[in-house]
Amino acid sequence: MEVHVAAHHEAPTGFIRKYVFSMDHKVIGIQYLSLAMAAVTVGMILSVLMRLRLAWPTEKWPMLAHIFPEGFAGGPMTPEFYLAMLTMHGTIMVFFVLTTAPLSGFGNYFLPIQVGARDMAFPFMNMMSFWVTFVSFVVMLMALFAVGGAPIAGWTAYTPLSAVGVIGGPGLGTGQTLWIISIAIFCAGSLLTALNFLTTVLNLRARGMSLMRMPLTSWAWFTTAILALLAFPVLLAGGVLLLLDRVGGTSFFIPAGLVISDRHLTNSGGSPLLWQHLFWFFGHPEVYIAILPGMGVTSHILSTFSRKPVFAYKAMVGAIFAIGFISYVVWGHHMFMSGMSPYTSMAFSITTMAVGVPSAIKTFNWLATLWKGQIRFTCAMLFSLGFVSLFVTGGVTGMLLAQPALDIFLHDTYFVVAHFHIIMGVAAIFGIFAGMYYWFPKMFGRLMHEGWGKVHFWFTLVGVYSIFMPMHFLGIEGHPRRYAQLTEFKYLLHLQPLHVFISIAAFVTITAQVIFFFNFFWSLKKGKPAGPNPWESTSLEWSTPSPPPFDNFGPVEPVVHHGPYEYSVPGAAKDYIMQTDPAAEEVRP
Amino acid sequence: MALLLGLFFAAVGTVTVGIFLAKVWWLPELISVHGAAIDRQMVMTLIIAGTVFFLAQITLGYFIWKFRGQGGKASNWHENPKLEFTWTAITLVIFLSLGISGNRIWAQYFQTPVPKDAVMVEITAQQFAWNIRYPGADGVMGRTNPALIDDAAGNYIGLDPKDPAGKDDVITQNLMAIPVNRPIRLMLRSKDVTHSFFVPQLRVKQDAVPGLSIGVSFTATKTGEYEIACAELCGMQHYKMRGRFLVMTQADFEQWLKTRAAM
Repeated sequence: MEVHVAAHHEAPTGFIRKYVFSMDHKVIGIQYLSLAMAAVTVGMILSVLMRLRLAWPTEKWPMLAHIFPEGFAGGPMTPEFYLAMLTMHGTIMVFFVLTTAPLSGFGNYFLPIQVGARDMAFPFMNMMSFWVTFVSFVVMLMALFAVGGAPIAGWTAYTPLSAVGVIGGPGLGTGQTLWIISIAIFCAGSLLTALNFLTTVLNLRARGMSLMRMPLTSWAWFTTAILALLAFPVLLAGGVLLLLDRVGGTSFFIPAGLVISDRHLTNSGGSPLLWQHLFWFFGHPEVYIAILPGMGVTSHILSTFSRKPVFAYKAMVGAIFAIGFISYVVWGHHMFMSGMSPYTSMAFSITTMAVGVPSAIKTFNWLATLWKGQIRFTCAMLFSLGFVSLFVTGGVTGMLLAQPALDIFLHDTYFVVAHFHIIMGVAAIFGIFAGMYYWFPKMFGRLMHEGWGKVHFWFTLVGVYSIFMPMHFLGIEGHPRRYAQLTEFKYLLHLQPLHVFISIAAFVTITAQVIFFFNFFWSLKKGKPAGPNPWESTSLEWSTPSPPPFDNFGPVEPVVHHGPYEYSVPGAAKDYIMQTDPAAEEVRP
Repeated sequence: MALLLGLFFAAVGTVTVGIFLAKVWWLPELISVHGAAIDRQMVMTLIIAGTVFFLAQITLGYFIWKFRGQGGKASNWHENPKLEFTWTAITLVIFLSLGISGNRIWAQYFQTPVPKDAVMVEITAQQFAWNIRYPGADGVMGRTNPALIDDAAGNYIGLDPKDPAGKDDVITQNLMAIPVNRPIRLMLRSKDVTHSFFVPQLRVKQDAVPGLSIGVSFTATKTGEYEIACAELCGMQHYKMRGRFLVMTQADFEQWLKTRAAM
């Protein structure tokens, strides 16, 4: 059932209304992508600092000491500075890159167009969602440069460490408070986004765009929005409780009898595990929020550039929903060693194994989509193929981590760091790159430079495998995570060369990203002009000009006649049929 | 491009599996009874995961090369319910089997009853040290009260001087000894933030949570000196929260306790 918004707002005039406080979903999408690009730059710089210390822990860096005097205190980088960089790296990457670019960035720009709508259901709220997220980022940067240092409790901010203030360590005062405030604001912005996505899909689809004719990108954004809607409120609640423990004298997470640095705290009645439950109830769906859009993009791009329909479209939709649903009942696998009841761990272990099944189905379907295709190796396709490889690599280690008995050894080691980086820090990022190379011509009317894109791809693919594969080996040797250096433990000393290798690989890979940024900005002005459909793709955005006009489709409402992946249909004139291509059969409402 | 990319994914699969098979980096030596089952399950899961990983990378690499665009027409094949059912069923069986077998070992680990002759040890973790306590000759741990904790005066765990049972408790810092081949019952506590007791060779890891007292059981099978590492971020010296973990003969252990008690 579709409901059409009767009157639409007029095209805006003036620079501020057009590009700053815009209610146009396309501008807002680009604003989110810009925010993500700024955030990923900060995040990468932080990881460079981390890798510098891990490879050469006792080295002094005079130039860095000049910029960050407290972090070096006249000598090598301090362990607390390392932990601050670690905390902010994780936070900025997970929230401001992986939750913004795939969902609020590309989703905002392309969801309305793909379903045939003129804009999101609530354009004003959409504008608010970006600016709220922007304020959240500003506050997070304030936390990074806070008096007393940035927080050191990790992006997971476990209690009591994050709740007790500066007596627990540097950065746990103002820095931690600003961090919590930033995250709370971010939750609000995400909720606004989620509401918009859901309403738009349910109510604003064009005539003929039944749910089962939506591209898998739209299905992924839709499901991700449901996850965001249900997960972020819990984080917001947890954040409020944590803030109250810190400044309001409450004891939600602080038990009785704590003595820190010989100071006796007067709190009582709280549970440190309660924070973990609240955080991970949000935290696990959050990582699926980070990956699901990338899975949708991968399906979409593999299909386009194999010139083949997505294999088993219905199963793909089912798998997206299954992953989304099951993601809500697995959070305890982050807590196997936490002191939680071991029976509860068994239950979470089984559900965690279960979520591997729809993920495997999607992988089989991607491979089957390639089968007997005619593959075109555009940059978008290269990154999507990389996504499949990386998703498999990151996913199979989940088979180990899902078992509590194995987690006894692997929990909080580099094995976990390897697992989540390959899935989030690489596969999800590849999804973003693939989307960017694919949709850049539509957003900006010019193609990105394919040659430089391929250079970027190869450096990045070889680079990320070089960085993160060795971390599995560190983990299997029992190397704990969040260690500023390994030099204190005899059983770890022989692993130092691996750290050096990883750091050098990281520096090269990060430097190679300059190629992408250069390509992006150069192509904005100098890229080859793109027509409406340079990739010969079928979804609705490719039936509009590049870039689309303000109201996406011009005066005539789009009408959909076909499913999203009609490639190489036997008997058809071309090897693709656009969704809006009028056909002999009746339009199904 | 197609050949290069296909070969790269094939190489990723092959090289990674090769490194694991050659055990270039591997689990530390095993020194516990229950750890044998964990290691067996770890190897079996790695074999299954490694096979899936290898086959997937090879298949991806092969398809990339084989179906590179050469100007022909692509197929329209986009579903096969029988095939889909088969691979779903196989996946389900594999994952479920791993889940069940893994959880059986987990259940054995935490459901084994504590033998009456187990050596009782208690650790109270703090920023950034391990306080280890043995009950002494009377076999009873003295009462503790957090209000009595006074690091400056050396009462790290808040031992209550009024409780006679505590008079013979043996307390050390960052030094834990246990007798070989005897069951140990270790109670983990924390006085400030969450830490985690991890001895890699024992295959034991358990968070030490303020407000909780959590028990772990294990039996060491080999004498030697090992290390306790903290496995939960606890502050700026998390990376150097190290304890010495000594496994010795029963006779040596009793001597060690006597010597420590006299100190």
